[in-house]
Formats: sequence, C-alpha cells, structure tokens
Amino acid sequence: MSQAALQRLKERFPDAVTEAYTGPGGDDVALVKKESIEEVCRFLKSDPETAFDMAPYITAVDYMGSEPRFELVYQMYSTTRNHRLRLRVGVPESDPVVRSVTPLWKGANWYERYCWDLYGIRFEGHPDMRRLYMYEEFVGHPLRKDYSLRGRQPLIPERQVDEPFRGPGPSGS
Amino acid sequence: MSKATETAVHPVPAAASPLDAPFPTKRMLVNLGPSHPAMHGTVRAVVELDGEAVHAMKLDIGFLHRGFEKSCENVTWTQVFPYTDRLNYVSSIMNNVGYALAVEKLAGLQVPERAQYLRVITSELHRMCDHLTLISAMGLELGAMTVLIYGMEARDLIWDRLTELCGARLTSNYARVGGVSRDVPPGWNEKVLRILDRTEALRVEIDRLLTRNRIVIDRTRGTGVVSREDAIDYGFTGPCLRASGVSYDVRKASPYLVYDRLDFDVPVGSNGDNFDRYLMRMEEMKQSDRIVRQCFDQMQPGAIAADDSRYVLPPKPEVYGSIEGAMAHFKIIMEGIKVPAGEAYAYVEAANGELGFYAVSDGSGRPYKLGVRAPGWNMLMALPQMMEGKLLADLIPTFDTINMIGGEVEQ
Repeated sequence: MSQAALQRLKERFPDAVTEAYTGPGGDDVALVKKESIEEVCRFLKSDPETAFDMAPYITAVDYMGSEPRFELVYQMYSTTRNHRLRLRVGVPESDPVVRSVTPLWKGANWYERYCWDLYGIRFEGHPDMRRLYMYEEFVGHPLRKDYSLRGRQPLIPERQVDEPFRGPGPSGS
Repeated sequence: MSKATETAVHPVPAAASPLDAPFPTKRMLVNLGPSHPAMHGTVRAVVELDGEAVHAMKLDIGFLHRGFEKSCENVTWTQVFPYTDRLNYVSSIMNNVGYALAVEKLAGLQVPERAQYLRVITSELHRMCDHLTLISAMGLELGAMTVLIYGMEARDLIWDRLTELCGARLTSNYARVGGVSRDVPPGWNEKVLRILDRTEALRVEIDRLLTRNRIVIDRTRGTGVVSREDAIDYGFTGPCLRASGVSYDVRKASPYLVYDRLDFDVPVGSNGDNFDRYLMRMEEMKQSDRIVRQCFDQMQPGAIAADDSRYVLPPKPEVYGSIEGAMAHFKIIMEGIKVPAGEAYAYVEAANGELGFYAVSDGSGRPYKLGVRAPGWNMLMALPQMMEGKLLADLIPTFDTINMIGGEVEQ
C-alpha cells in the first residue's frame, strides 16, 4: 500500500533489498537480506518519508524443503502517513539468528519471543529471549513443519521450590 | 527481576517515637493468577510488592495455548472458521470476517453487497457485546455489581438475536469464504431495531451509574496511563490507542466492506488512562448503534454468497439435481477450496483493535500458514510498564480496560 515507501527503501538500500513486488490485494512487499534487517528497520522508522512508527507484527513461516528454510515477516504500519509495507527476511536453518528490533519498537518483544518459541529463530540483542507460550523444558518448536502432530513431550522433573509461598518459575526462585 | 530483598525499604528514623515511625515493609512476591477472580483469562502475573505499590511485574502467559496456528495448518480453509470463533470468543464474528477477508484477498474474490452489509451488521452488534462485557466486568470489579446485571441483560438481548441468525450465542461461525452462511430470518431486522432501543436505554443507565461516579473516577482517572508515544511504540490499536490520542481506526484509515458508505465518528481521547479507555468504549457502542441502523436502511435484497463454485458451496437443489453441483460440493468438502498460492495480510478493526490475519497458501486445500495479529497482545505486553510504581489496586481496572482476551493472545 505504499509504492513511495518501497521506492525509498530500494533507493536507500540497493544491496539489502533483493526483490520488491506488489502482492495479492495490493500489498507492497520487500525481500530483505537477513544481515541488514536491523539497519533497514531503523531507517524505515526514523526516515520522515516512511515513518513506520508503530510496532510491526512479526511472524515466521517454515518453508521446509526450500532454502532458506525459514522466513520472518514484518508487517509495518505508519500512523502518521497511513501506509503499510511488508518485509520478508529469509533465515537459513543452519544459522537461525537474526538481529532483534525490540530496541527500536518495544512492541516487537513478544512477537520475537513467539518466533523463538514456536519456530526456533533466535534474536540477537533481545532483552528477554525466553519462550512465550511453552515452558522452558519443552522440547522442539511446535510450528515447524517437521514437528510431529502425534506423540508426547517428556515428563519433566518437579521444579525445586525454595520457598513455599513464592512458588517455582522464572520470577519466583 | 531481583530477588526479594530482606532489608527494610523505608529506614526507620531513630528519633521518631515507635508510633510515628513509618511501617517498615519488605518486598514481597505475589502470584496473581493463573486462576484469580480478578484476572480475566488465565494469565499469571508475578508481582513484586513494596507495601501496596508494584515494584516490578512479570507476566507468564500460555496457559490457554491450544495450538491455533498448528490446527489451522492441518484443516481445510473452510474448517478454520470454527477455530477463529475461539480467538476472541466475546465477539467471534469479527474474527470470522477478518479471516474470510484474508482468504478473499488471496483468492481475489468479490463478495456480494448484501453479504458485506450482513458482515458489518453482525460485526457491529458483536462490538457492542464486547464493549458491554468489558464495562460490566470493570463495574463488577470496582464494586458496582448493578452494572454487570444491566450489561448482561443488554448483551444477552444482542446474543439472542445473533443466536436466531447463526444458531449459537458465542461460537457463531457466521462468515464464509465468499459471503456469509445464512440470510436473516423473517422479521429479524425489526427485532434488532427493538433491542437496539432497549440496549440504548440500558447503556444510558450504565452511563449514569459509572461515568460521574466518584469511586469509579477515583479509581480510573490517572491510573494505567500510557503516553501517545508509548502506545504507538508498543503497537496499541483500537480503543486503547485512541484513548492515548491517536485517531487510528482501520474502518476509517483503510475502509473495508462497506464502511466507506456509512456515517460514523471515531472517538479520540487525550489522557490515555483507564477512564479514557472506558469512555472510548461507551462512545463506540453509540457509533455501532448508528452503523447498524444505517445498514438496515441501505441494505437491499440479494445474494449472500459469491456465485463461484470454486470457493462457495453450490445451492442444495443444484447439489442434489446436477452432476456438476454434486461434484463441486464433494470437492469443496473433501479437498477444500483451492486458494491460489501466495501470501496476504488482511486486517479489520476488531473490538480491541487491529485484528490481522497473515495467510500463506501453497495452492493446496489447506492453509500453509495462518498467523494472527491479536490486538490484545500488544496491550498485555505493555502491562508491566504501565503498572510499575503504581498501586496494586490499580492493576484491576487497568487489566479490565486493556481487555486482554486469553483466547486470542494465547492462541
């Protein structure tokens, strides 16, 4: 929904933006290299012509069998310019580590934790890289396509409770 | 979070008499939830208290996680609708519509006008239900139980009409790819207009009970404040963002369905506190009322689903009377509709903000990926920052007005 923002991004980062197109329904999309995502996001947020000030919705997709296997998707929105842009970032399975954008938008925090929890993509520079939905002892990442639909998680030993009034868990002990 | 310290936070002045000395307090860790009368949904909040003030807070979510996205990847596109009902179970039709719009965006499908009006009418009725639930629960938790009784009466009147339309109070499962599942029963419009009058009367009662109530004002004004910058930075949308002074409403910013033909206002607050968030909801119910009345005036008889046998089930006489109809029915039911490969992000203004669906199709009958941007996620994320340094009692109205719904946040 913003050709202008897409053009601006392409001019500023000719190397980092590998492809740009308009998808179904008129969504403007840019494919961005993994190494430059933080730099690109910082530019998109601060540049007055793009001004993507609202925290993006970040999710991941597992394209098992193709290379790179994972993809991070950032849905950007600007409250001042009322335009949108989607960034797609390929993440290889061998090195699933991406720079975090939580220092830029506080609202990216849980979305990145979600991507770690369910897809196993780690974020460098994230202040609190824990699982979001699952417990810490959970084995595997459930939204990966090779995660079995049947089967069970191993039983985990009971957590040590130091003080009965405080309970177990990340904050209690 | 630091470990609870054993030392006194307020040092006792030596010269003061023991009776005048401030009461020495130790920091104390308290678990609120996952199952607590004042927490909607099952969120565990670990609160480090310093006396009555919240020193630090951490949220632990996932108790209601049921693998929404994984389930959706393993059923046909049409079978996803019942799952979307359970995202925000108070206003399920808005989830149905959001998901349907995502699939239609991918497929490039045009929806008949009457179906669009029906989607708007049911969405706005559900918006009123959602706001009534929030205000009722807030009233209850601040000690005004009468509000709950009035609110539930109004909400159930609306839900009764929706039951007549979809067959269920909560899990409506009303929208379909290409349209809606059924047309309104005879005499429904007049009934809805009658209950809108009754709902308005109840809303006025609630307004009189709460809006100038000293206790409510004391507990909500100036508590749970979010600045305009923080609200944008956290990705707030919907009434919570507008209470902070940003006039962003998807219905106005990028109109979908027939919202561009309807005349309604978007209330915008200025303080970003609980009271403003409450006022936004009260005003939005009025606007929803206006929208529904306008839709009844503008709506014309016509088809309620697109005439495209690739995506929409053919009418029953055709299924039983012709081989083409029977084949189309069989293929849609058994294999699922074939949505063209690609990806699309569709977003609607749900009761709590922007509800987005990111759908990826690989051309088979099932979603390859279906991501949900639940509006409550961002608000819940910001709760610890909103609460730090504030009184524990303020947590209750703040938790009410951000209206976190476990079904959509924890998926």
